[in-house]
Amino acid sequence: MKIAVVVRQVPDLIEPLEITASGDGLDWDRASFLVNESDDHALEQAILLKESVGGTVAVVAMDFGDVDNTLYTAAAKGADRIVKIPLDGESPPGPQAAAAMLAQSIQGLQADLVLVGCQAHDELEGSLTPRLALALGLPYVGVIRGVQPGDVPGSVRVFKEFPGAVMEQMSVRLPALLGILAAAQPPRYVPVSRIRATMKSTRFEERKAAAPAAEPLVKVRRLYPTPTTGRAEMLDGSEEDVAKRLAAILAEKGILK
Amino acid sequence: MSLQDILVLAETHLGALSDITLELLGAARQLAATTGGKVVVLLLGPDGARHAPALQAADRIVVIDESQLAAYSPEPYLAVLASVVQAEGPRAVLLGSTSIGLDVGPALGARLGVPVVGGCQQIAAEDGALRVTASLCAGKLLADVEVSKAPAILMILSGSFRPSGENRQPAVESRGSPVPLGPGAVTFERMVQPEAGDVDITKESVLVCVGRGIQQQDNLGLAEDLAKALGGQLCASRPIVDQGWLPTTRQVGKSGMTVKPKLYLALGVSGAPEHQEGMKGAELIVAVNMDAKAPIFDIAHFGVQMDLLDVVPALIEAVKAKKRGG
Repeated sequence: MKIAVVVRQVPDLIEPLEITASGDGLDWDRASFLVNESDDHALEQAILLKESVGGTVAVVAMDFGDVDNTLYTAAAKGADRIVKIPLDGESPPGPQAAAAMLAQSIQGLQADLVLVGCQAHDELEGSLTPRLALALGLPYVGVIRGVQPGDVPGSVRVFKEFPGAVMEQMSVRLPALLGILAAAQPPRYVPVSRIRATMKSTRFEERKAAAPAAEPLVKVRRLYPTPTTGRAEMLDGSEEDVAKRLAAILAEKGILK
Repeated sequence: MSLQDILVLAETHLGALSDITLELLGAARQLAATTGGKVVVLLLGPDGARHAPALQAADRIVVIDESQLAAYSPEPYLAVLASVVQAEGPRAVLLGSTSIGLDVGPALGARLGVPVVGGCQQIAAEDGALRVTASLCAGKLLADVEVSKAPAILMILSGSFRPSGENRQPAVESRGSPVPLGPGAVTFERMVQPEAGDVDITKESVLVCVGRGIQQQDNLGLAEDLAKALGGQLCASRPIVDQGWLPTTRQVGKSGMTVKPKLYLALGVSGAPEHQEGMKGAELIVAVNMDAKAPIFDIAHFGVQMDLLDVVPALIEAVKAKKRGG
């Protein structure tokens, strides 16, 4: 099975998020980045499928947000090809342009299955993934927790997540694009030594892609930190003081019996 | 339908109308008051008309009564929705930021070449445009945006709008699919219920929830000890379940369980909107988090800004001492 995976970099939410002076966008120069969590799961799911039924895994990424480390890590995990799309600007393209650019690069890979994280926390205009499926002319289903080889050749079985830990089991005829929420297993850990070794042996394939000129459909007027309502009564002091105060509150509320 | 009307995509889950549908209807009613249009609810699936009594705040209810829409499948859902939207020509289409909405919302926008906004918390019409406030970056940021092109596809965050109490006695129009529904590439096989045997966290009165702040799987034992001391059970936010540290039956939030315990003790949980959706109804919420700006503190009753690994051992001892009468 030939599998293509898209990985994206997103701002690390542990670090402060800085807004541009114009107040309508993230200051990408001052952001720290890490791999989008659901894309990391998409990569893991691809490698699990490769280990199960054989084939190859190609990773496609736009050259944004210190992506090289993520790509070397992907190679160390078992990706066979790494395709990097150079970008002209210093900001990531909008969703329409991103879908078009990624589609141009993925089309040449002739993948049976394309896996992409079903969401990224910095997406304002909804998920990129269904747009990419449309640009590739592939059937799509997202919010998938686990992919298995299908009973019928040329198909996979997927589990779409719904509230209450209920899953809808579906059969998907390939080629198709799946929006992954979580892989069947957690993303594997690779030691730094293996990543370093991979850096020496891995070559990125650069593929230029053109973004179609288009007016943005959504105009951001203002981007700002969510105001805190400060509802919680904060408990201060040493760990012991706080613990005793909390235990007293729980006792007063009749929770400790 | 006029260009000022609002179309709502209703959702059902396991045969029942999903709560998000009533919130969407509330949002649509509010928006229609500023556009001057009507609210139309679209129900996909056989016998959808049976949900009409719960949708009295609508002006019209359109039911696409097709057996092929009985279970969710993205291709027929999108095909029917796109066809109805093109025929009706609304100002906005409201969907939930849900498992179904995440599939069809952006796809509908891309197919029609119209704007899509996810995570919508506030919407209003002003000077011919729609003004939307949307949440992103796990609730840490808000964006005020403007969309002019119609229809705008707006994906509403659960908990942002109240259901409307209006009763407009809407007409129910039941019809067949406006487009042929052939076999697609994605086919329904079966619904898979969570494995029996695990604890039902929706029935627990005390829950200790762990989030990313727990750092390592080895630290779960500490949270479990606290849950035991409190006579409760352990649950988790999505990243912990995705790591395989706890089963999906222990997941709280949009895609997990909705819980309303007497005590919800959140350890290292940031409190993204998707998590809040599953626990904001708890009677008493206590949050422990290192980040003073964590959204969980906005809905918690009591907060502790400390490393949970420092405070939990002390809390276990304090709870035990209190139970002994100390």
